Amino acid sequence: MSARLGYYPGCSQSGTAAEYDSSTRACCKALGIELVDVPDWTCCGSTPAHTVDHHLAGALAARNLIQAETAGLDCVATPCPSCLSALKTADAHLCDAAYKAEVERLLGRAAPGPMPTQSTLQALYEKVGAQGVAAQVKRPLTGLRVACYYGCILNRPPGLMAFDDPENPVAMDELLNACGAEVVPFPFKTECCGAAFAMPRLDMMQRLSARILGMAQNCGADVIAVACPLCQMNLDLRQGQVNAAAGAQYAMPVPYFTQLLGLALGLPAADLGLAKLVLPLAPALEAAAARAAEAEAKRQAKANAKNGGTPRNQEDAPCA
Amino acid sequence: MIRTDLGAGRGKALPAPLPFKIPSATLRELVGIPPCLHCNPDTDSEEPPMQTLDLALDRDQAFMDEVARESGQDLKSCYQCGNCTAGCAYTQDYDIPVHQVMRLVQLGQRQAALSCRSVWLCATCQACTTRCPNNIEVATVMDVLRHMARRAGYAPERLVKTFADEFLTSVARHGRVFEVGLAAVFALKSGKPMQDAGLGPAMLSRGKLSFLPHTPGGNGKAEVAAIFERFRNRPAPHHPATTNSEDE
Repeated sequence: MSARLGYYPGCSQSGTAAEYDSSTRACCKALGIELVDVPDWTCCGSTPAHTVDHHLAGALAARNLIQAETAGLDCVATPCPSCLSALKTADAHLCDAAYKAEVERLLGRAAPGPMPTQSTLQALYEKVGAQGVAAQVKRPLTGLRVACYYGCILNRPPGLMAFDDPENPVAMDELLNACGAEVVPFPFKTECCGAAFAMPRLDMMQRLSARILGMAQNCGADVIAVACPLCQMNLDLRQGQVNAAAGAQYAMPVPYFTQLLGLALGLPAADLGLAKLVLPLAPALEAAAARAAEAEAKRQAKANAKNGGTPRNQEDAPCA
Repeated sequence: MIRTDLGAGRGKALPAPLPFKIPSATLRELVGIPPCLHCNPDTDSEEPPMQTLDLALDRDQAFMDEVARESGQDLKSCYQCGNCTAGCAYTQDYDIPVHQVMRLVQLGQRQAALSCRSVWLCATCQACTTRCPNNIEVATVMDVLRHMARRAGYAPERLVKTFADEFLTSVARHGRVFEVGLAAVFALKSGKPMQDAGLGPAMLSRGKLSFLPHTPGGNGKAEVAAIFERFRNRPAPHHPATTNSEDE
């Protein structure tokens, strides 16, 4: 299982989400996926570009597809759903002649040819898969209850993103399940966290992120695993702001799924960047370890009882 | 009043028309209904005349065509099931729910559709597009309405527009978005400089604040600047955008 993929990190991954970048690179390396950086990549335009003009958005994204094409890459993977959406939208719309002409005018050169793009989650799921991950697990996440939160645009709209189920995606569930974690049923997998509105409309972000944190807590999750730098920022860095508005006391760690995957693979702490999480992961891991130990003790006691060796069993035995 | 003639009376001959015509106002008086304020605005009643919308008169076909062309969507196929609104995470923040925005577009109500807050508060989360039974890309329609609202000078959610503008300014300048710079500029321009100040220490202690822009190494920065330059100098749109500066 060796694969070579173009890698488009995206702006967040070189700043506020540096740990998503480093943990993604480490996991891919450990699992035999070779990531080749798109040389001299620039911003994809993200949400702000498409809300202003579709051709501008197309040109900003297409420049990166040209970079990948020139470097001889035949597929580009990115950890960020917003970048992925921008790259896929540009790639899909360039089939339209009028759209392509205006994008080429903005680019000042020919538009790129078709370029397949995918999320790094999709690459891990399809090229390694749950079985491949399970075979490499060194330190299972036994006892850790995880709510997998995919965010709104990783799988939507399905016609464009063309991966997993748009209403009930399972790729992350299966990978973390393979790591030994207990993935809890989570109905808000694709609900919106408030996205880029945290700055202009903090109130909306607070309301929407509070729903997600509340649902995860009600589902018994120890942590929310995420695949989007914006979701992570809203749920983790801004969890205090959410609590303040909701009058809540959530203390829910929100690691990237690659950080949990890396932990299970026994990758070096420096690559996983766990110290960058605002809500520390350690208490959740300790609770999980305690829960696992308790379950193991119960299992042991049951096994002993079956073998007739426990004092309780002797007491229950009829007197001679 | 409970009608009792719905079953047994069916099939009976209609009553013969009256041999004379009663003016409607007179008829209303005869049966004790006050005169209609809409039909009789001269009435000396203190109640203001009802706001009415003459849909036929206001229908702007050019607007309908423009939205259809720019979004590439078949707007006629929306049958107002409301699935988009049901799944929309922002309905409670919207002034007009998304299915009604779709209806305004179908009815060619340019001003009502472009001046609403909803088009600015759509996060493009794609729930509407995903769930539309007629495969309309509703989020794309909202995007196009936002483009048109910009051109027409509407910005009822000023900070949403400011955020997008400043984000793109940052990209145009650095080739990539400079997060700390964007946050600082937005804090100043938004008039809420302290909103996120509390996040500073947590970010600083975790090495999440880069105080220098992370610029691409090669020609990327110049190429992105050139894209923005060509975008600014694009030919004027061929559609006559009505300008409106009341919100700016």
